[in-house]
Amino acid sequence: MAEGYRIAIVGSGPAGLAAASRAAALNITHVLLEKTDHLSDTIYKYQKGKHVMATPSQLVLRADVDFAAGKRETILETWGIQTEAKKVNVRHHSEVKAITGDKGGFALELTDGTTIKAEAVVLAIGTQGNPNLMRCPGGDLPHIQYQLDDPGEYIDEHIAVIGAGDAGIENALGLATDAEQRNTVTIVNRSAEFSTAKDANIKALMSARDAGRMIVRTGTTPSLVEPGFITFDTPDGEARVRCDRIIARMGSAPPRKFIEACGVEFTSEDRVAFPKLSPKFESTKAGIYVIGALAGYPLIKHCMNQGHDVVEFINGNETLEPADTPILAAKFKDLPGKKSVDEWLEFLRSNVAILNGLTPLQMREFMLDSEARFYRRDARIFSRNDPGSSLFSIASGAVLVEIDANDPSKTVQIGTGSIFGEVGLISGRRRGATVRAGEDSICVEVSRSAALKLQSSVPAAKRAIERISTERQLLQMFGSGLKSEDLVDVLDNCQIETISAGKSVITEGDEGNDIFIIRSGSMIVEKKIGGKQVFLNYLPAGSYVGEMSLIAGGRRTATVRAAVKSDVIKIDGTAFKALLDNQPKLLAKAKTDMAARQDINAFVEAKKDSFSTAVDMYSNIANFLVENGIGEATDVLLIDENLCVGCDNCEKACADSHEGLSRLDREAGRTYAHLHVPTSCRHCEHPHCMADCPPNAIHRGPDGEVFIDDTCIGCGNCQRNCPYGVIRMEAVPPPKPSVLNWLLFGKGPGPGEPSKKWSYANADPNVEKAKKAIKCDMCSGIEGGPACVRACPTGAAIRVAPEQLLTVARLEKGDA
Amino acid sequence: MAGGARPRGAQTERIRSDGTHQGFLQHENLRWMKIAGGISLVALLSYLLVDVQPRHNGGSWYGYTLGTIGAGLILWLTMLGVRKRSMTRGYWSLKAWTSAHVYLGLSLIVIATLHTGFQLGWNVHTLAYVLMMLVIVSGIWGISVYAFLPRVLSANRDQTTETQMLATLRSVDRQLHDAAQSLPQGTADLVRSSLDQDPFGGGILRRLRNRYQDCATRLAHSEIRATSGAAPKSGDDPLEKVDALLEKKISVLARTRRHLQLKAMLEVWLYIHVPMTFALIAALVAHIVSVFFYW
Repeated sequence: MAEGYRIAIVGSGPAGLAAASRAAALNITHVLLEKTDHLSDTIYKYQKGKHVMATPSQLVLRADVDFAAGKRETILETWGIQTEAKKVNVRHHSEVKAITGDKGGFALELTDGTTIKAEAVVLAIGTQGNPNLMRCPGGDLPHIQYQLDDPGEYIDEHIAVIGAGDAGIENALGLATDAEQRNTVTIVNRSAEFSTAKDANIKALMSARDAGRMIVRTGTTPSLVEPGFITFDTPDGEARVRCDRIIARMGSAPPRKFIEACGVEFTSEDRVAFPKLSPKFESTKAGIYVIGALAGYPLIKHCMNQGHDVVEFINGNETLEPADTPILAAKFKDLPGKKSVDEWLEFLRSNVAILNGLTPLQMREFMLDSEARFYRRDARIFSRNDPGSSLFSIASGAVLVEIDANDPSKTVQIGTGSIFGEVGLISGRRRGATVRAGEDSICVEVSRSAALKLQSSVPAAKRAIERISTERQLLQMFGSGLKSEDLVDVLDNCQIETISAGKSVITEGDEGNDIFIIRSGSMIVEKKIGGKQVFLNYLPAGSYVGEMSLIAGGRRTATVRAAVKSDVIKIDGTAFKALLDNQPKLLAKAKTDMAARQDINAFVEAKKDSFSTAVDMYSNIANFLVENGIGEATDVLLIDENLCVGCDNCEKACADSHEGLSRLDREAGRTYAHLHVPTSCRHCEHPHCMADCPPNAIHRGPDGEVFIDDTCIGCGNCQRNCPYGVIRMEAVPPPKPSVLNWLLFGKGPGPGEPSKKWSYANADPNVEKAKKAIKCDMCSGIEGGPACVRACPTGAAIRVAPEQLLTVARLEKGDA
Repeated sequence: MAGGARPRGAQTERIRSDGTHQGFLQHENLRWMKIAGGISLVALLSYLLVDVQPRHNGGSWYGYTLGTIGAGLILWLTMLGVRKRSMTRGYWSLKAWTSAHVYLGLSLIVIATLHTGFQLGWNVHTLAYVLMMLVIVSGIWGISVYAFLPRVLSANRDQTTETQMLATLRSVDRQLHDAAQSLPQGTADLVRSSLDQDPFGGGILRRLRNRYQDCATRLAHSEIRATSGAAPKSGDDPLEKVDALLEKKISVLARTRRHLQLKAMLEVWLYIHVPMTFALIAALVAHIVSVFFYW
């Protein structure tokens, strides 16, 4: 039997449903093909009672069927009633096996043997049919499932949910909500931040964690699955926990084979790449349109709008603008030259290398979170020491990086298509150099969240950013007249690896000549002397190791292991050797660095007998400090308990320098060998507090300090995320009378933080002060520097950077 | 380490180069000891070289000079109390102030003694001198306490805080209260006496000496031990639990009392040093006024 339709829509999810109902409204002959016996299988399979969200909220819904945030059941019921009322032609149990033919005459072959004829085909099949699989050993065991229908089914189980996207979070919450089920639920997220989940879901997850209903592990990946157990690779090392069931929700990829067989091309070879599409959703096969999740749009509202739009386009509507056009037009209005929104999008996409891999649709979404800016020649884009974590890319023109802070005329040019500012994105550190426009330029400023999303959804962009940042890091580290063309071979032979805390990259006595550059995190260098590991050195991000074996030959002379979870760039030794051979200056520089390390080795070797207690003691102290988070600190307050008389003047000074609230607790914290680490901010390299700040109020300042600005809403996320307990939630106390008033007339509570009682009695009853997060800001902006150190009468309080403190070379100077 | 040096702001750099591990006594390689020593030496030498007729005394031009320097120093040394409490901006370091305070204060011994010309008697002038010496002696005591006690304080604390010690004590008390409910009257009274007593009361002397002979907890424990010690352990005897709790309370009390003792020792000298300073300033005013009045 052959039927002929104007449009055949494959898949009855939000996108397909919207398309079919639009076709019905326009009286176009159509058929909506659904492989199951119900509409919208993906939402149908959402767990029972799931609250479905309607984001992004600023987007207007255009579809003919209604959709608003609400329960899964309500939404499905509405859609059922409305599709019937609108006389949408639905054909259930119709799974498409193949699509043949060309525009105007497609033949859709179904699994039941029927062939359906249509002039145009809209593919709205989503990606749910093709979930990303567990790749670790044991990933094929039967207790791993990729879907959760009814969380009420499971009781008394230890369940691990892998992946903290929206699906994973909702599954985990569903399993943990009812305490009667007595499930122990663990949710695991690969990175420290939740880059793909909706805000509301993240909040619900955090409150469930705080209520003790589930365990949230971030920066963690599963490394081994066994029956009854799962092993995680966590930032603190390996953890093997009980696990009866694994629910893997790590996203899904398009069912590529089927789509390619239809004649549709994809943007790249990546497993998670999307089909190439025109702005009108038409694929490379004329007459086949792709919308919804398969086009790279996982959000229901987007899908429904696309369903509406694609039918309008097929119907010959040339003037329809996508729903987000006004938002984008506003972003582009200050750019020179008259271009339409689509032209601008294409201009930016084709000119910027990291955006090449985006489909026009992804490009639209990407630009919603980013800004396009025009800079006149010589206009400053950002200045050295500015805080900033955004990434810039150059769509036209070129920028100049001022490499010498004292001489603005010394510059390096970065041309069209490339990126800059990536150091801020990767390390969270302030801008390292001033960048100005070398000619009239158009740049795209990508916010940190948009950049993270871009990297997680477009692997090609992630690789491009990694390659450029690696190249820059190499150029910056080795300098010596190195040019980027010299590095091509090295860059082709390097890879970025994540090393969890405690794992080593180099083991003493092993063969190997690879070089490792620490990209984030930090490492410690140890050497076995007299059967004991002696702590030689601490390497912060931006250092390299491994050159000794490469240059001098022989086995590894020391062990290098990660102090905290770290990213390293592993460079193939042979490629690097070739580079060194061609670059005598570079070789000389590397040899100088090596000599310094050999000195330390020789020193420790020489002293190992006479000095063994001192070296031992030093090793123990260094290890103690690393355990206490100094490994990820940039600046930490230490107290020498040989000198501390317990006067608490540091706390008083801190309170008096900061609105009457102390940001440190001197007495609390760990002590080893009279070295005390008080409860006070360490200004981590990758601050845990920054990971989830709804108003984005936590920044890194010009001196490396991590501070919270006035936009804090007092949610307490940072306090919960800080592993060192240094953030307090407090309301600012009323102002005190001056010190002289207190000294001479006894007015007010005296120096230091006033008691709660005094604050309460002296508060202005008309002003209600909310509790906000407070933490050490290293007295930024206060002349003279950190008050705690200035106000210590005995010199017990010191602030140190780990790389200054943690080196065995200090023993030689006799001050360790 | 290649590429390891990360740029940092000048401000924090300054604090770091501020001698990372030098205490107030060693500050800047004994800068203030050298200065104070120099001043004392100059005073001493000039005292020997300058020939004042008929003999050295406070009323000569030389005596006035030393007296003015001494009075100025005393007032400046007093200002440490203000400096410590007024947290103003700027590049000052309280450690440097303390260091200067200590060494310049010690140099007063030389300056003021030479100022007297060794003419001492039962008068307001000598009173000022004696008070000053008392302040200095209490200061020396303070320095020695500051030099030895911090490490003892830290070791005794063993990573707990005072708040934690007191919280542990309260929690042990709560458990004792519950455990004593099923005890016979006599033993329950013993436990009650431990709960009712203020374990740190008894005044400053007792706190400094850390002697608590009438500690009700210890008495209760030894009494209960005496009656129950011989009995075989049954595991569910409430007396055994009370015994264990009292033992725990004794050890917590010992640490807390030692902590309070050390803290008191670190502070108590200031209760002599500071009031004496004010008395000294009063006597100094009387001394100066009377000198000029009876010129």
